[in-house]
Amino acid sequence: MKLKLATLALTGLMAAAPAMADLVFPSLSYRTGPYAAGGIPFADGYADYFTLLNERDGGIGGVMTKVIECETGYNTEKGVECYEATKGEGSLVYQPLSTGITYQLIPKVTADGIPLHTMGYGRTSAANGKVFSHVFNYPANYWDGASIAVNHLLDINGGDLSGKKIALVYHNSAYGKEPIRTLEELSAKHGYELTTIAVDHPGQEQKSQWLQIRRERPDYVLMWGWGVMNQVAIQEAANIRFPMENFIGVWWSGSENDVLPAGDGANGYKSLALHGTGSDYPIYADIQKYVVDAGKAAGAGDQIGTVLYSRGLYAAMLAAEAAKKAQEIHGTADITPAMMRDGMEALEITAEILEANGLPGFGPEFKVSCENHGGPGLGMVQQWDASAKKWNIITDMIQSDKSVIDALVKEDSEAFAAENNIEMRCN
Amino acid sequence: MPDQLLFAMEVTLNGLMAGVLYALVALGFVLIFKASGIFNYAQGVMALFAALTLVGLQEGQIPFAHLINAILGTDLHHFGWHLTAIVAIVLTIGVMVLLAILVERIVLRHLVNQEPIILFMATIGLAYFLEGLGDLMWGSDIKKLDVGLPQGISETIDTATFNWFGYGFFIDKLDIFATVIAALLVIGLTLFSQYSKQGRALRAVADDHQAALSVGISLRFIWVLVWSIAGFVALVAGIMWGAKSGVQFSLSLIALKALPVLMLGGFTSIPGAIVGGLIIGVGEKLFEFAIGPMVGGATENWFAYVLALLFLVFRPQGLFGEKIIERV
Repeated sequence: MKLKLATLALTGLMAAAPAMADLVFPSLSYRTGPYAAGGIPFADGYADYFTLLNERDGGIGGVMTKVIECETGYNTEKGVECYEATKGEGSLVYQPLSTGITYQLIPKVTADGIPLHTMGYGRTSAANGKVFSHVFNYPANYWDGASIAVNHLLDINGGDLSGKKIALVYHNSAYGKEPIRTLEELSAKHGYELTTIAVDHPGQEQKSQWLQIRRERPDYVLMWGWGVMNQVAIQEAANIRFPMENFIGVWWSGSENDVLPAGDGANGYKSLALHGTGSDYPIYADIQKYVVDAGKAAGAGDQIGTVLYSRGLYAAMLAAEAAKKAQEIHGTADITPAMMRDGMEALEITAEILEANGLPGFGPEFKVSCENHGGPGLGMVQQWDASAKKWNIITDMIQSDKSVIDALVKEDSEAFAAENNIEMRCN
Repeated sequence: MPDQLLFAMEVTLNGLMAGVLYALVALGFVLIFKASGIFNYAQGVMALFAALTLVGLQEGQIPFAHLINAILGTDLHHFGWHLTAIVAIVLTIGVMVLLAILVERIVLRHLVNQEPIILFMATIGLAYFLEGLGDLMWGSDIKKLDVGLPQGISETIDTATFNWFGYGFFIDKLDIFATVIAALLVIGLTLFSQYSKQGRALRAVADDHQAALSVGISLRFIWVLVWSIAGFVALVAGIMWGAKSGVQFSLSLIALKALPVLMLGGFTSIPGAIVGGLIIGVGEKLFEFAIGPMVGGATENWFAYVLALLFLVFRPQGLFGEKIIERV
């Protein structure tokens, strides 16, 4: 009997041991529902990168990685349930791909000591590491995005926007309202006239908004949309013959999904880009060899090379690099969420690292610090070529206006700290 | 003429057009409710499923390809054909009829004489099932709908109004087309229900199930018929809305636009769905134009429901709905 019990215990231990050793990267994905078309490529890119690391490199620092996927349906309540269900699995970092879920998770991850990375979304003022110890939003946030768009317009207008009319068409949600304050501040600085036009969820019907744009004839339209709102807005803009090169979406309004339904009408539409686009990067040869050909691609394997797949890949690469940094700092391959947080705070992405990962020039070089969890605030502009059905990057990295944004980040984060009795760090 | 008046006229015209699109969705609800007393929660998903099937058939996509590939390790995607729009539409109608038969056989047949709430719950289940089935069959990516519908500004109206008023009105050619289709649909449905044998049977069932059964009308046949017609209406709605945004899973949410139309027009009246749609369309657009800028915009969704609720206060059965009198 004792022998049987000992065998059973040993078997259990052996079965459990590899799971404990894995580096767990939860993926709060949405492969179903109205936003699935955006959620699937991101989740595929995220999963495929870790599969590549396992198959090609034997994991990170000799420890295999494990992606636990949990379906949120882009629903905030389900997102929180997913967090609660997976946090006990040794989850190292959460990337929920939803501003709504992010807001709910900020107090939870801080209490649980698990880092949260919201790349280009979430709570913008979380860039202030003095207040938000466990939240990171490098390499750029919404306010950077608004400023990058305005800086691009300054570039193409000889540095002068005075007297120009800019309209912001935005998703009527916390996400969509994020850039308004920044655009107002920049309006005061650069002398353009700002009009804000809200679109209710889901954005299937936008006739009123585009009639207003047709009447008021702004020089430029900026868009903060997601899901069906993007496709309808681009179609309506084409319908009223708004010059597409004067229509710029945020990086969440710039995937193939957003422009393809409008066909040739979308030609010339621009969007911000957090990273490079297309599959002309060396990493894709490795993905083909170690992931696709091995039959281990996530999902249907049909999203490779798309903008949102690239974003998932980039998010995973940044997480993996932070994990490497954590292993380096703490001298152990088996890192905990607390160590992962340290790795994220000490993360440095250089051109050499990008090249070594098969992604040369894919994103900006940057360094995270205790004070700055938001990165450099750099982004590019891409433009849709409808005949070739591809996005082309048309600018170099554009720096956001930190003199305006840092002040806004400080104001908002310090107000949050005061409300929640948070003691400032990094002193 | 003052600019604001011209703008208001343009907004009103566009509101009427948007109302037609809302009415197209509402029509499907009305048809099923009228014939069987079921509030079909799955109507929006049926529009999505029909549009997905249309694009899938037209593009020669292999149904369940992802599932087949995952199980058998194959790499199947397309049959290699591209059907003309009309052939794809006819085949899709066939699929919707098949769906109606299956709904009757698998769901409704077993729920005869159940409370309306049970039937309503069954349609909720059907909605989730159909959404999942559509995903499995055709995938979740956004598909471009290309059935040759006209789209973009109507030059004729733009030029004519510019010559009259000095300001060219924007009317989308797709909206004009949708209006014509909706008018033909209503005329067709009216002629069918008034003058065909099946149509009269359908009206008999709508009036009194028991009496209709007693004169030999098959309830099952009528249910298949009405779900088939609702499937056809869903296909039309799916095409019109899908042409605007591409065919994607948020199409199922267009049902939300139909609810205030139904509350206003009544659940049992085809003209009610049309008039309700027009009132909601014009009301929400004019409100957004006149009041929206003062309250931060994005008023359309909630205003439609407020308008419907106001009507409910005075006419609980809706504008054209049948007054419910129950003996106690």
